[in-house]
Amino acid sequence: MRPVSTTSSSPAAASNTPGYQSAPAGPGSLLVFLLLGTIFGVLLIKSEVVSWFRIQEMFRFQGIHMYGILGSAVAVAALSLFVIRRFSLRSFGGETIRVPRKELGRGYRYIFGGTTFGLGWALTGACPGPILALVGYGIGPFVFVLGAALLGTWTYGHLRPRLPH
Amino acid sequence: MLEFLSRPWPWYVAGPLIGLMVPLLLLVGNRMFGISSNFRHACAAVLPSRAEFFRYDWRGAGGWNLAFALGVLIGGFIAGTLLTSPEPIAIAEATRADLSGLGVTDFSGMVPAELFSWSAILSFQGLVMLGAGGFLVGFGTAYAGGCTSGHGVAGLAAFELPSLIAVVGFFIGGLVSTYLLLPLIL
Repeated sequence: MRPVSTTSSSPAAASNTPGYQSAPAGPGSLLVFLLLGTIFGVLLIKSEVVSWFRIQEMFRFQGIHMYGILGSAVAVAALSLFVIRRFSLRSFGGETIRVPRKELGRGYRYIFGGTTFGLGWALTGACPGPILALVGYGIGPFVFVLGAALLGTWTYGHLRPRLPH
Repeated sequence: MLEFLSRPWPWYVAGPLIGLMVPLLLLVGNRMFGISSNFRHACAAVLPSRAEFFRYDWRGAGGWNLAFALGVLIGGFIAGTLLTSPEPIAIAEATRADLSGLGVTDFSGMVPAELFSWSAILSFQGLVMLGAGGFLVGFGTAYAGGCTSGHGVAGLAAFELPSLIAVVGFFIGGLVSTYLLLPLIL
């Protein structure tokens, strides 16, 4: 295995994958991430963003629910990022918090990849977080959706050199 | 308390709490909120591959994210055992009418039971919606480098143009599926 860094010259390396700038997480912090994930999982279910019905309501522009959730989540996150940057806050581990920038490039990957994901989102009614939350929630067939999603990512990894980015 | 939490959470409560995931992950470990990278980490960890995309230190780069993903699964389990609501999802009447028109009859669960059942996987409908749909989610998020979390919430909050383009793509794809594909499949 070779080390991965955001400065790697290879486009196939870790660009746009968050989390590459820090040292590996120790066992203690892994527990903290597990706990935060658990809270996020509960939020996904109780907010009903995991519901195929809600996703249909959103794509048919017939209700405010999903837009309210996404809009208020973005607003709170943006305000938080502003505060973090404005006061150069440090993480609990003492590192200066850095928000990695995404490379635009020619932008093809974002429009083509985004559209591909959108096609699947409206069919399954679930994005990656909800797929996991629904498996935990006990809707068994989402194990099949998860397997199909992994196959999709695996296929992308192999086609990547031939796709426009 | 449990009864109170078991009711559906309104968007103005759940949305801001989801947004707080972004600063919390940064404060706790300097990590940027995102979920779909876990598909890549899982492939790198489990499926043997010669593709360069999967040849990296997945433990170092993605260990935290896999722990977070496992948490999401546990959170779904907790919500599904302790915090279930007996009420059907309160979608708009217009949506209900549209979906009834497509042949959906069971509105009682979190997802339509007739479409998301094990037996449905064996039908053409189910195979396309669950199999092809899941494949497109995995392919598309890896291609775009993010999903609703990484681009839709964290990326937009950081005023990233790439994320805005990706979200426009989410909606192009979603509208095509909703208005063109679903009527063909259902």
